[in-house]
Amino acid sequence: MSGVSPAPLVALDRVTRRYGDVTALDDVSLTVGEGEMVGLLGPNGAGKSTLLSLVQGLRRPDSGTVRLCGLDPRDPAARVGLGSTPQETGLPATLRVGEVVDLVAGHYRDPMPRGEVLERFGLTDLARRQTGGLSGGQRRRLAVALSLVGRPRVVLLDEPTTGLDVEARHTLWQALRDYQAGGATVVVTSHYLEEIEALARRVVVIGAGRVLADDDLTAVLAMAAARRVLLEVPTEHEAALAALPGVLDVRREDRRTVLLAGDADEVVRALVRSGLPFRDLEVRGASLEEAFLALTSGADPEEPR
Amino acid sequence: MTATPVAPATPAAPATRSWVALALLHTRFQLLETVRVPIAVIGNLLFPGIALLFFVVPQPAVAGEPLAAVAAVAQLGTFAVMSACLFTLGAGVAEDRQLAFDPYVRTLPAGAGPRLTGRIVTGVLFCLSAQVPVLLIALLLTEASTSPWRVLGGLAMIPVIAVPFLLLGLAIGYAFPAKAALAVIQVVLFPLAFAGGLFLPPELFPGWLDGLSQALPSRAARDVVVQVTTGADGSAVALPVLLAWTAVFAVLAVLAYRSDEGRRFR
Repeated sequence: MSGVSPAPLVALDRVTRRYGDVTALDDVSLTVGEGEMVGLLGPNGAGKSTLLSLVQGLRRPDSGTVRLCGLDPRDPAARVGLGSTPQETGLPATLRVGEVVDLVAGHYRDPMPRGEVLERFGLTDLARRQTGGLSGGQRRRLAVALSLVGRPRVVLLDEPTTGLDVEARHTLWQALRDYQAGGATVVVTSHYLEEIEALARRVVVIGAGRVLADDDLTAVLAMAAARRVLLEVPTEHEAALAALPGVLDVRREDRRTVLLAGDADEVVRALVRSGLPFRDLEVRGASLEEAFLALTSGADPEEPR
Repeated sequence: MTATPVAPATPAAPATRSWVALALLHTRFQLLETVRVPIAVIGNLLFPGIALLFFVVPQPAVAGEPLAAVAAVAQLGTFAVMSACLFTLGAGVAEDRQLAFDPYVRTLPAGAGPRLTGRIVTGVLFCLSAQVPVLLIALLLTEASTSPWRVLGGLAMIPVIAVPFLLLGLAIGYAFPAKAALAVIQVVLFPLAFAGGLFLPPELFPGWLDGLSQALPSRAARDVVVQVTTGADGSAVALPVLLAWTAVFAVLAVLAYRSDEGRRFR
């Protein structure tokens, strides 16, 4: 596990947040220290966005406390040390790129100079363009650039490179790593394992409003190596499948049975040796969420699905 | 891999920029964004002037009568204030709420105060600028005449009568999505303006309408401005009615703002 500095920059203590009957976050505790690079993983609706909105001061928890740089994030002073991104579709269309940077910079005593911000993200030539006239990739770059304008100690990035091509994605990651090398803390949510690998050293998995796993990247990568083994067996033999070595979870999808396997090779060898009658065998990669939910559900009193 | 705790580069306590600097910043960008959509500016400037041209200038009984002309100008000036407040705040807030940029701006280190101040100052500047064509037409094409002090007094009343309508605009902007907000503003604006005596002087109203009219915020604002600009004695209830509506709209604005936070992120 990563070392945590004495005064965490982000601290959630037993935080619960509900929307009507839906519990978005359920008794979550989490701290992020100076200089950490944390990836937040989880399916849509897992509570990632709610967690971010609490840290950004956009919402209040129903119970528990949230601290940003030691203060309540609803206090503007706490947000001096915070950098986050707008959704790229939401930039004010009539303002020019340089003006949007100036608007954000105007909130800080010592902002990054406009030229440096634009330079870091390859936006220098676009400074006089209205944001409504930018391409999707350019808007995305501007949105991420805005998160660094105030020289924040904590950068929160929600799906920073969704929809970008490979090259643009690598350019953005490099810019973020360059900034992080100066000692900043980065918290990033993503659906892409590759993005988490590029930007995170520690990974927190969230599902159904709870922290399901919190470990360093290598440990989580090992979990994410899970595979789905699909096959058709007579129903009476399904129970025997769960007993095979290496099987983490057994599920039924239409006519086929799906085994979630930590090591697919081992599972297939054991399956053949067992002599169970099966047909239509197929091995596929499991999605990250599937792997995490299956792997962590055993340790939880309530099955999230 | 172990992350080494790093000492903060700047140990100084985090400090936001001053309230005034932030309010000026937000005012500047509100104005900039508004000016970039010229039709909004032109519409705001022209409508009260055109109304004056069509409803007042052709009627010698009003346009040729110095005091009646001043009252007519004051009425349309009041209408300009109402419409600028409702459109810049009501429609403006509702539109911004639909953009993902608005929640982003709320994550920047500024409180709600400087942001709202930026909007309100922009609204008041719009109210003032909308008076320019009205005053020019009044000066050139009618017999309106009153003392310079009364003109200044009328202009000074603008921020006062603007407040209740700014609050009503905020309430509508936070309570409705953009398309509905526009419709609600029009449904509110024109009946209030007509029944408040902003298009036709209330002296022409039948008794029942005049009674009803006196309870409306538009009529109260109109009466206050007409009293200040013409010096004529007017209704004693105008100011209390205006203040009462200000309180009602303030409560509505706060309620709409609060409930908005709960709804927006579902």
